[in-house]
Amino acid sequence: MPELIFQIAIIITKIVILTFMVVLPLVPVSVYFERRFSAVIQDRVGPNRVGIPLTLLGFKKDFHLFGLIQPIADGLKLFLKEDFTPAHVRKAFYWMAPALTVVPALITVCVVPFGSPISIFGHTEKLVIADLDIGPLFVFSVASLSVYGITLAGWSSNSKFPFIGGVRSTAQMISYEIALGLSIIPVLMYYGDLNLSTIVQQQADHGWLLLPLWGHDADHTFISKLLFWFPAAIAFLIFTISIFAETNRMPFDLPECETELVGGYHTEYSSMKFAMFFMGEYAAMVIGSALIITLFLGGWSIGFGADAWVSQLHIGDFYFGGLIHLGCFMTKLIGFILFFILVRWTVPRFRYDQLMKLGWVVFFEAALINVFLAALIVAAPQLEKTIIGVGAVLLVIVTAAVIWVAKVSEETPKVLRA
Amino acid sequence: MAVVKLQRPKLNFGEKIYFGALIKGFFLTMTHAVKSLRGKSVGADELASSGLGVTMQFPEQRWDEHLPEYYRGAPTLVTDEQGRERCVSCQLCEFICPPKAIKIVPSEIPSDDPWVKVEKRPLEFEIDMIRCIYCGMCEEVCPEQAIYLRKDYLITGLKRADMVHDKKKLYEIGGTRAGLVNKWNELK
Repeated sequence: MPELIFQIAIIITKIVILTFMVVLPLVPVSVYFERRFSAVIQDRVGPNRVGIPLTLLGFKKDFHLFGLIQPIADGLKLFLKEDFTPAHVRKAFYWMAPALTVVPALITVCVVPFGSPISIFGHTEKLVIADLDIGPLFVFSVASLSVYGITLAGWSSNSKFPFIGGVRSTAQMISYEIALGLSIIPVLMYYGDLNLSTIVQQQADHGWLLLPLWGHDADHTFISKLLFWFPAAIAFLIFTISIFAETNRMPFDLPECETELVGGYHTEYSSMKFAMFFMGEYAAMVIGSALIITLFLGGWSIGFGADAWVSQLHIGDFYFGGLIHLGCFMTKLIGFILFFILVRWTVPRFRYDQLMKLGWVVFFEAALINVFLAALIVAAPQLEKTIIGVGAVLLVIVTAAVIWVAKVSEETPKVLRA
Repeated sequence: MAVVKLQRPKLNFGEKIYFGALIKGFFLTMTHAVKSLRGKSVGADELASSGLGVTMQFPEQRWDEHLPEYYRGAPTLVTDEQGRERCVSCQLCEFICPPKAIKIVPSEIPSDDPWVKVEKRPLEFEIDMIRCIYCGMCEEVCPEQAIYLRKDYLITGLKRADMVHDKKKLYEIGGTRAGLVNKWNELK
């Protein structure tokens, strides 16, 4: 019995610390980064005033802290606003929708490995809430639930712009889910494992998927890793862009396209319900980046063979290498969030048919071909030369055929008659 | 009208694949970001930027020296070189004021006053700065050249009553205008 209580206590501690003290604060922080970074890109200043208001207490000067308190002020403002429910909405679904967008994003946190195991008094604990053996599948299945939130928000608002936003979002998310799932199959094939902790451990030992420069041995030769780099890079590209579409971020933020749909699916929402959508969007972005980093960029690994040494570091019985790895993971995460923001303020929004075409005609086929390419490369050491040759030729023929079909099926614009 | 046939531009392979333009875009935005962090954005000098982008940060930095000659700030009343108030309360400004911001209570100048021949002066002269739209019509219409738009732009108050400028306040902001002022020339 004490054993069970101890286990539950550890799980609760992990949930509280990793979800509510590591991931959730990243949401306001990424909002802050979004505003400051976009301001700097556009030659502006951005929010740099809100800090500790010492002048209210009679002191001479305020601490501005670069405006880092701004997200708290924003949140407070949204709390204090009137929570208005229009008379024409379908109440139950209208109330449910915001929660349905936030909760899946936060649930997916539980399979992300934040660092290498920490050990205190001989008790080793992994820095992951649930060490599931089906990590990426769990993330996809839960994260795709958030489409319900957006769809229900659009439908239950009972007004046309939110409805169109909701429908667009459904179509977009379902289309990109396919590319998302197919694109990481090469990665899973390469590692032969679905456990994210194991995947990261392998990357720490034998080089990141996109940076395989260390840890060569008989099973992981430099040549084989270099060969696999190509399908990995294609997978990375498709996966990243699909994550952009999945999280409704800028080049693909058609569900809330302001110029066409007022506010999109959250037009009718106010106060904290709106804030939930906002949080859900940013939480999805954080989780998406975490997944990309975990699968392709080495997760918590520092790289260049330093991880084993870092894991050894200890003061007495306390092995704190995991905390350093946690810091490394957070650095990578914030770096990738900054990349998300950079993309948002660089790339203009896609047209809806372009988005659908990109998803179904380009990424779906590319991901599918990439699976076979990766399979060929992974299996090559066990195969005879002739079989490899035949496989490669077949792959080239299939690729050419797919490109040809895509080209032929492309609708040619009708020539205007004079 | 003749129908003009427009041909969509033919895109080459590089343009179709879109990635070149993306990379170019990243470079563009990052150049802007780096430049504005270093305070070297285009136009940062002539806009007197605070060192971040091209923005001047208000309470610490003021644009007072950068105000143009023709800037229209708060409307004020002026006295002449003898300390006499110029306004003769003809009420033309009150009538022309588009948002009806001006309120004048005229009064007679008593017979023992040295300026008795002027006949009238305002007993009360109020400009409601909440209503004022800084159009400058009062300045234009004034036959005595008594009302001028000055460069004051920070008109603030905690109550509505604070925002109504009375006669005392108007003369305080306006000050003195010496000599014959021809308001249509450059000197204003």
